[in-house]
Amino acid sequence: MKTYEQINKRIESGKAVVLTADEIMDYVDKKGLKAAAEEVDVVTTATFGPMCSSGCFLNFGHSAPKIRMSEAWIEDVLVYTGIAAVDVYLGATQLRHGDPANMYPPGEFRYGGGHVIEDLVAGKTLQLFALSYGTDDYPRREIRTYFTIDDLNQAIMVNPRNCYQNYNVAINDSDRTIYTYMGTLEPDRKNATYCSAGQLSPLLNDPYYETIGVGTKVWLAGAQGHVYAEGTQHAGVCERTPDGVPTEGAGTLALTGDMKRMKPAFVRGASLRGYGISLALGVGVPIPILNEQILKRTCVRDRDILAPVIDYSSDYPQKTGKVIAKVSYEQLRRGEIEIDGKTIAVGSLSSYYKALEIAHLLADEVRKGDFLLAEPIARLPQDGAMKPLVIREKAS
Amino acid sequence: MSQTVTHKLMLYFPKCECEKPIIYHLVKDYNLIVNVYRARVTPEEEGYLVLDVTGTPADIEKGMAFVRTFNVTINHTGKGVTRDEERCTHCGQCVAHCPTKALHMPNQVTREVLYNEAECIECLACIRVCPFGACASAF
Repeated sequence: MKTYEQINKRIESGKAVVLTADEIMDYVDKKGLKAAAEEVDVVTTATFGPMCSSGCFLNFGHSAPKIRMSEAWIEDVLVYTGIAAVDVYLGATQLRHGDPANMYPPGEFRYGGGHVIEDLVAGKTLQLFALSYGTDDYPRREIRTYFTIDDLNQAIMVNPRNCYQNYNVAINDSDRTIYTYMGTLEPDRKNATYCSAGQLSPLLNDPYYETIGVGTKVWLAGAQGHVYAEGTQHAGVCERTPDGVPTEGAGTLALTGDMKRMKPAFVRGASLRGYGISLALGVGVPIPILNEQILKRTCVRDRDILAPVIDYSSDYPQKTGKVIAKVSYEQLRRGEIEIDGKTIAVGSLSSYYKALEIAHLLADEVRKGDFLLAEPIARLPQDGAMKPLVIREKAS
Repeated sequence: MSQTVTHKLMLYFPKCECEKPIIYHLVKDYNLIVNVYRARVTPEEEGYLVLDVTGTPADIEKGMAFVRTFNVTINHTGKGVTRDEERCTHCGQCVAHCPTKALHMPNQVTREVLYNEAECIECLACIRVCPFGACASAF
């Protein structure tokens, strides 16, 4: 048994024993659970993939004379201004003004909110255009200027839903190509897409949210951020394997961090043909090895994690709840799965390569004493399932 | 008879050379086997052609000398489709769509996506499916 304080003292003294979530299984197999739990302080987990529910609050400071900004665009991408004078919220999936979307399907969605966020972090010069109705205290009614992230007072990423605990495998059972947030899916189950770092993924290494909670410090694209709430659609009640590993979406995290400290390599705008814009983001979460049970759960392997295969041509959009099959990440990573006797080529939207890089970067930061752990101030809910949206004829 | 070899080439034809039957002469006069992957004439009447040329080294050399008598640029790397290493996140979305496994993931530990351009048949599927715009066409 260890405490957060003890682990942080070892980190500060540069003596912490840190392994990544893909190294820990073999280490525990070799050393035994008991000895390893005493020895290992931290296991680092990570993920890199599209996380649509991402965005940022930006503060521009005031021009002379001042403007309240009641409508604003950055690089022609609309930002939300229904907050204080020169604060805006930029969402990852916002399209650029004039984007034809799916008017001539499939739309290409070349540039949008996710790309603006990428360009901000990359230090590029961007155009701000804002309008206002004019007030006595904020008389200016229009502004056009150019800025970089360094000109902003704050650029704080605030992501309501990141790090899905597990995720669907998408296939297409119809006879035409479909375009989804899981990528392009060819007809007749020709290909499948999954989107999870599997055995490296944060919440799959802490399936009951024993260490990852509100207040947990995370590595967010290179910045030290934290979990500020349960993520939207967080559903602790879900189907689980006997070892407790969810076999469907389940938990999510709401994350925040300072964009001025982020690394461009881990913040990437994504264009999903026929679907829209997203933001691919790198997240690392350190798991403190407080006891044997927590260590045991970090030893989860791809072969132990099952993902539901869902038909995105019908069952997903129509919300039938039908699961065609369950497959392990070990099977998915082979590049082919077999369902009903048919071999299906498998691609991924989540980069294991980048996730591994992040797990190692975070491990190095912890080893060097640059990244201390934070004890959660509240646990993520373990109860609560995902509620549907009910269509009512009238207000009751 | 010496062994035949295959070279992948990308040829660029400026406007003035676009209407000349150069490839026909490669086949007829230089005994070369050509396999065209992709050809395009732009609205500016420039032409791009990516092809395999198979023949003896001597015949290929003579054929290329013939091509060079025109104002045609020969790109021996044959890179009609390129991948920007910096833009690629190695997610592997392209791997399931690449028909020849030119884009592949040989290392199951690092799961890095590699691009073997010699295997690329220029179907352009990767360009359509890459969310990060990592793959691009030279024309």
